[in-house]
Amino acid sequence: MNITWYIVLSSLLFATGAVGILLRRSPMVILLCLELMLNAGNLALVAFSRMVGNEQGQVFAVIVMVIAACEVVVGLGLIVAIFRRRLPLNVDDLRELRG
Amino acid sequence: MEAVVFFVAAIGALGGAIGVIAMRNPFYSVLALIVHLFSLAALFLLLTSAFVAAAQVVVYAGAVMVLYVFVVAYVGGGGESAWEPIPGQRFLAPLLGIALFVELSIAVLGSALKALETHGPDTPNGFGDPAAIGRLLLEKFLLPFEASSILLLLAAVGAIVLAARRQEASS
Repeated sequence: MNITWYIVLSSLLFATGAVGILLRRSPMVILLCLELMLNAGNLALVAFSRMVGNEQGQVFAVIVMVIAACEVVVGLGLIVAIFRRRLPLNVDDLRELRG
Repeated sequence: MEAVVFFVAAIGALGGAIGVIAMRNPFYSVLALIVHLFSLAALFLLLTSAFVAAAQVVVYAGAVMVLYVFVVAYVGGGGESAWEPIPGQRFLAPLLGIALFVELSIAVLGSALKALETHGPDTPNGFGDPAAIGRLLLEKFLLPFEASSILLLLAAVGAIVLAARRQEASS
């Protein structure tokens, strides 16, 4: 398979994640869509690393995975904190940056 | 054979992604994301990056998704209100997604990268296996490796601080 196929698939997945972030209101699903976009970036990184024939892009993908794990941990902690305070889990109601 | 595996994995990845944004119950969204992650691991294997594929399955589909499932079970999947702050958002968002996809495709396909039309160069036998990635991580990329480990520690501490039950607030 040509590398182009992988890159086109990666941009399609990225666009899907972006549409999900715009459409959904639950913070949990928005976090999942962020995961989709990060994974699309990972696919592009690994595909370009294969294209160049160099493993350094794969190291980059591993680091991106670490960043995604950190983002998930902090995001889910925020969601649990919001739930504990009985605030609505809806990003339209949570637009005021006050506690 | 490679094309068959690629298209099956690509359909799985795309179907999982669409499932994530289309399911009304967050629990099903998480399950769709697991399908997506496994398909991406197959694609990584096709790109001869065994370590990234293994890390994807173990770290993502294993650990991170278990965390998601726990939080979804704790918070519960509430239905989303149909109220739209921006009128027509439901139709504008897919249009913007299509525009983004077209733009990215034009940017990639219009670039002068000639190697995009190839399979990539022939790689040596151990390309992308754990030994090679580990050597790169601990020799050339030692500083980013340590920085990411500190970041993980900070994220864990931050999550505990955020989600911990406050005694003075509850009493």
